[in-house]
Amino acid sequence: MSKEPVAVVGIGQTRHVAARRDVSLAGLVREAARRALRDAELTWADIDAVVIGKAPDFFEGVMMPELYLADALGAVGKPMLRVHTAGSVGGSTALVAANLVAARVHTTVLTLAFEKQSESNAMWGLSLPIPFQQPLLAGAGGFFAPHIRAYMRRSGAPETVGALVAYKDRRNALKNPYAHLHEHDITLDKVMASPMLWDPIRYSETCPSSDGACAMILTDRAGAARAPRPPAWMLGGAMRSEPTLFAGKDFVSPQAGQDCAADVYRQAGITDPRREIDGAEIYVPFSWYEPMWLENLGFAGEGEGWKLTEAGVTELDGDLPVNMSGGVLSTNPIGASGMIRFAEAALQVRGQAGEHQVDGARRVLGHAYGGGSQFFSMWLVGDRPPDS
Amino acid sequence: MTSAPRDREIAVVAFAQTVHRRTSDELSEVEMLMPVLHEVLDSTGLKTADIDFTCSGSSDYLAGRAFSFTLALDGVGAWPPISESHVEMDGAWALYEAWTKLLTGDADTALVYAYGKSSPGSVRDVLTRQLDPYYVAPLWPDSVALAALQAQALIDAGDTDEPALAAVASRNRAAATTNPHAQLRGPVPQGDHLVQPLRTGDCSPIGDGAAAVILAAGDRARERCARPAWIRGIDHRIEAHGLGVRDLTDSPSTRLAAERAGAFERPVDTAELHAPFTAQEIVLRKALRLGEDVDVNPSGGALAANPIMATGLIRIGEAAARIHHGASDRALAHATSGPCLQQNLVAVLEGEPR
Amino acid sequence: MSAVLKAPLVVEFPFTRSLGPVQSAFLTGLRERVVLGVRTGDGRTLVPPVEYDPVTAEELHDLVEVAPTGTVTTWAWNPAPRRGQPLTTPFAWVLVRLDGADTALLHALDAPGPAAVHTGMPVRIRWAGERTGAITDIACFEPYDGRRAEPAGHTGEFEAPVTGIVAAARLDYTYSPGRAQTAYINALSGRRTMGERCPSCRKVYVPPRGACPTCGVATSEQVEVGPRGTVTTFCIVNIKAKNLDIEVPYVYAHIALDGAGLALHGRIGGIPYDEVRMGLRVEPVWTDGARYPDHYRPTGEPDADYDTYKELL
Repeated sequence: MSKEPVAVVGIGQTRHVAARRDVSLAGLVREAARRALRDAELTWADIDAVVIGKAPDFFEGVMMPELYLADALGAVGKPMLRVHTAGSVGGSTALVAANLVAARVHTTVLTLAFEKQSESNAMWGLSLPIPFQQPLLAGAGGFFAPHIRAYMRRSGAPETVGALVAYKDRRNALKNPYAHLHEHDITLDKVMASPMLWDPIRYSETCPSSDGACAMILTDRAGAARAPRPPAWMLGGAMRSEPTLFAGKDFVSPQAGQDCAADVYRQAGITDPRREIDGAEIYVPFSWYEPMWLENLGFAGEGEGWKLTEAGVTELDGDLPVNMSGGVLSTNPIGASGMIRFAEAALQVRGQAGEHQVDGARRVLGHAYGGGSQFFSMWLVGDRPPDS
Repeated sequence: MTSAPRDREIAVVAFAQTVHRRTSDELSEVEMLMPVLHEVLDSTGLKTADIDFTCSGSSDYLAGRAFSFTLALDGVGAWPPISESHVEMDGAWALYEAWTKLLTGDADTALVYAYGKSSPGSVRDVLTRQLDPYYVAPLWPDSVALAALQAQALIDAGDTDEPALAAVASRNRAAATTNPHAQLRGPVPQGDHLVQPLRTGDCSPIGDGAAAVILAAGDRARERCARPAWIRGIDHRIEAHGLGVRDLTDSPSTRLAAERAGAFERPVDTAELHAPFTAQEIVLRKALRLGEDVDVNPSGGALAANPIMATGLIRIGEAAARIHHGASDRALAHATSGPCLQQNLVAVLEGEPR
Repeated sequence: MSAVLKAPLVVEFPFTRSLGPVQSAFLTGLRERVVLGVRTGDGRTLVPPVEYDPVTAEELHDLVEVAPTGTVTTWAWNPAPRRGQPLTTPFAWVLVRLDGADTALLHALDAPGPAAVHTGMPVRIRWAGERTGAITDIACFEPYDGRRAEPAGHTGEFEAPVTGIVAAARLDYTYSPGRAQTAYINALSGRRTMGERCPSCRKVYVPPRGACPTCGVATSEQVEVGPRGTVTTFCIVNIKAKNLDIEVPYVYAHIALDGAGLALHGRIGGIPYDEVRMGLRVEPVWTDGARYPDHYRPTGEPDADYDTYKELL
């Protein structure tokens, strides 16, 4: 028996900000879930199961917070699963939920991911004082910057490419009411003039720290037929993992990322992603990761990704728009960031992305990654069901 | 609603676990886990590259460090890259995720593992961080205290008394004498009240351990195991979080999960229950309608070894192993999570007629 | 094998929790010695008031005052209070259904001993002397034989409501790094860097983590690497990190020690920061009493060729 097709019929997110001081943890996740239900015109009773994800529990200081959140998410009496795959978790969570529908275990599933970074400090959670270990010698960007330098060395990319990405994503964010950063007076000069924090990463090329949640309602063919608005159909989805650190690891273009994309394209029957895919929401926490991931995902040959960025191909009106929502560079509730990529991809093919809609987007990629560039999760969504 | 029956048969074909101990401080988590992964693969003749999907369960809070599962992945040999996922839950739920993956047909084999080291921290205090962060966690009510409130509610309801609880403890530890992996085997004094009415003997031991299971679908299962333990049904349900809104003498989520898993369609001969406290076994037996003719916890259960995050997966593994060995034809396995049995999973396993 | 390395690991943070309207009203009420519940659609009163109905999942906001007196619904005697718990002398944990409520609240009961506690016993709140708007504003419950108190009909509107709490949490762990890392750390004390070779792929892991992550097998063969190495990639840190007493700018680099299968991380000194480059040859500089090299400095050798380290970035 073949898999049940999976449709996204409801999407909700919070208006992402640095600190949501007006809500509890439950209030935050509830807001996204309610919006997703409203979008799907469903009630709590229509939901068979809840799949929730977030990054490390230390970020909010609540161990397995889904136990406490069960009531707020209408999960009482239902199955509830909690996924944690580091930064890729928002994507993985959606894929675990999608499998419940694809396997015909459930017909309608609520999936949600969140982070309320203002409850603590992510750097604290990421650098607990583990004895005997060499202290981390550089802040958040210090982990990423050497890999970016390696990319620049390998590709020969000009130094301005990172700033172009940041300038584009921050402008895109102005068209997305849910984005955290709305820098109305952004200019390329301002990005270039921002302080060089971890050379080659400038301040304006880093992601913010956000409170936010994102939710989706996934359902089967029958559920999609009843949906009040056009659904997004999952055409392919995959996760891939490789070890954290190993001899021969390629941090610039990890094998796990390449394999994950190849699996998704195979499922979706995509042979030329650059031509057949209309846009991508890619997990770009520091601007230079856009050209790096364009290569890793097969949109450009090795060493060629920056040329797409430089030529404006990834602009909102380019022919492969990337991070139309403003991306992680504009909004980063860590555990939710991956699901926002997945949800924004779905919004595009549903034609529901508002001001940052890409006209005629029929197939869009959602991408998330995490850990030491080791955990990848992706899906490709389309405006028509698979095999149609 | 949950949809129609599914046509893919999936079985537990192998199970391995550590010898659970009070502390394993000479080993890192991956050093503790890796031999179990090797053992479970070896027993099926499968290699890492033959595994289509890998899923694990563990907790950062238990380990005291963020992303602890990323280091455990070193023991898997995830190269070339693997299709892999992780739940911040007991490994029983990792098995559930793997089961759904196999049901989709995208995978025919899965490796599921879980590990937990309770020795580095004070697990009674660590578990307080699971509680409502506004009204309850600031009071630091430890896991034994909450279980004791539940035990007293059962005593007040006339469902048990201290001698009956002692009998539960003694029966589990007696069963554990034949379990070489158990941490507590044979008679253990009931001891003083830890939190009255629970005595030391009513509580599971604190310790470290790991477990792994291999799932396979259809003929792949038959190739790898003489008598696969077919998963006839598996389901899990959660209850409200607040203890004050629940009837602590009952476990409606266990009952519902068991119904959905088909546990009540025919009697089981064996049940492995994840009850870290004696009184919880009383609650579960009632919710699952287990009669005296059912062999409950032939492994000794959580009262004999409780490597948190792996204990639930071990229940499924132990039940499956009974079927593999021909000691059971139809077994129920149960896993729990959260304070006072808030969340429960039930699996029904069967062996083919001999 | 040498003794197991162990050291304390303290995980501690003052979490800042925003409350939302219902929890804000309840905790502000406690500050004012008023106990609020929340009314559900089917007429039940939940105390403590939760934001969402545990049965129907509906959002709740209809606050009602209940009495500070109530009845124990279950209890457990705690002979040895633990850190952070409401009382420092032996007490009973109790679930208490306050008069006017349909659900029970978890807290402590101050009583002389277990014989003085039973399910069904009447109790009342003992307020904390200093109240800030937190669950600990209830110091505990105490036995109470008097008249049931009557709620005053408070609506939950307060002056200067609390909107957040600071929930300090500390957990104490004893960390032990395991066999492979213990050997590595012990060798460092003699200023030697010991890796472990994978028996399968023959790569040398530094620091060793007990398993070859690509082969999934234990490593054990000890191999000394370094002390010299090559800067494979780096960044220039211009922002002062908290808890790090290093003058900026400085160079944070990936360094492949000679003989190692992958790079480790370190700071580069003894050279102006803007002269550091990929391929620079370096050696460790130790300071007395430090576990790790303080930094690495140029050896003066010619730079390594890119092809010799491009797999080690």
